[in-house]
Amino acid sequence: MPLTRSQIAARAARELKDGYYVNLGIGIPTMVANYVPKGIDVIFQSENGMLGIGPYPTEAELDPDLINAGKETVTEIKGTSYFSSADSFAMIRGGHIDIAILGAMEVSENGDLANWTIPGKVVKGMGGAMDLVSGAKRVLVAMEQVAKDGSKKLLKECRLPITGKKCVNGIITELGLYDITPQGLVLREIAPGVTPEEVQAACEAKIRISPELRTIAV
Amino acid sequence: MNKVVGSADEAVADMKDGAVIFSGGFGLCGNPENLITAIHKKGVKNLTVVSNNCGTNDKGLGILLQSKQVKKMIASYVGENKEFERQYLAGELEVELNPQGTLAERIRAGGAGLGGFFTPTGAGTQIAEGKESRVINGREMIFETPLKADYAIVRAWKGDKWGNLVFRKTARNFSPMMCTAARITIAEVEHLVEVGELEPDSVHVPSVYVKRIFQGSNYQKWIEKRTLRTA
Repeated sequence: MPLTRSQIAARAARELKDGYYVNLGIGIPTMVANYVPKGIDVIFQSENGMLGIGPYPTEAELDPDLINAGKETVTEIKGTSYFSSADSFAMIRGGHIDIAILGAMEVSENGDLANWTIPGKVVKGMGGAMDLVSGAKRVLVAMEQVAKDGSKKLLKECRLPITGKKCVNGIITELGLYDITPQGLVLREIAPGVTPEEVQAACEAKIRISPELRTIAV
Repeated sequence: MNKVVGSADEAVADMKDGAVIFSGGFGLCGNPENLITAIHKKGVKNLTVVSNNCGTNDKGLGILLQSKQVKKMIASYVGENKEFERQYLAGELEVELNPQGTLAERIRAGGAGLGGFFTPTGAGTQIAEGKESRVINGREMIFETPLKADYAIVRAWKGDKWGNLVFRKTARNFSPMMCTAARITIAEVEHLVEVGELEPDSVHVPSVYVKRIFQGSNYQKWIEKRTLRTA
């Protein structure tokens, strides 16, 4: 069975280690915060100028001056700090964020990422995505690899304008967990009940199967 | 020295058509609401507005967009404003999209007297087109120029009559560097206090950067995405 969106988030959360400073994108990545393994401390960064994001507020805690980068109301935790956008991106660009977990529209076998625009269709902008992929120590993509219309998102080369070149280190999807290596995509873990042939059929890029292929624990 | 003005209208009285304006705020958080309303009332046109976002259809900077006062927008993300998309696709509005960190640093460079900077952000993407690029310490970097403005409009939580400013939580965002890079920085504050009342170690923007300051009023503090947990 392919993983659900929550299961993708839960698997991504197991990549977090004690003491990590983490930036989460919108969509599946936001859900990663719900699955942080017990017994470790991780601190979430928000690029609008906050380290130490807490859960959503109760009605009584609601504060318009306290939002995350997705413009959602949030809370602070013990040890939270605030800073300006320039400081926030110095932190990101300077390599101080241990991992960024982002969504994607397309990822290529050499780690190019496209997630900011569809020419002629939507004018939204890249926000902080280009800075995050160029600055975080590790970039992990968490996404569904086959779109609702059946189109594939793990490609030989990105067709959409890219957000960053050779910036993705790993990918977690409904079908498996991949490393981006100098030889291309390597499938390291596979969803329970899914065959490597089925995974390959859902990728445009050629995948290699790790000799230590494991089944994702769900 | 007297930087205190009586109202937002007075603060923008010398603003002319074609002005370049920095506006602090991230989405609808930390918006200089009184100053946006005053600029709307004054009716100045052909403005270039630099801000991370452009408000929503009818809130924040969206107010100036709706009244067609904006000629050009420099921003990083404008996904929350349908009217923006309509004006852009119809060719009524010029748009320059910058990566968020590049936008922040260009403004910082403008205020710090720098001639620009090399950054890895955007190397090898559309953003790099037409820009000088160089390999530094083994990484491809692109050159970005500084940004300056005629006016910066910001909202702070507290400010004293000399213009020292303190922000609150994530309402700070782009405002501190915007204050440093404009010819005339105008701060509206939720609490205007006497000189000496702010803790010197807690000042986010030193007074030298602020030209005009006033006590703001009637804050709406709109919430864009009201996300709650059940208690």
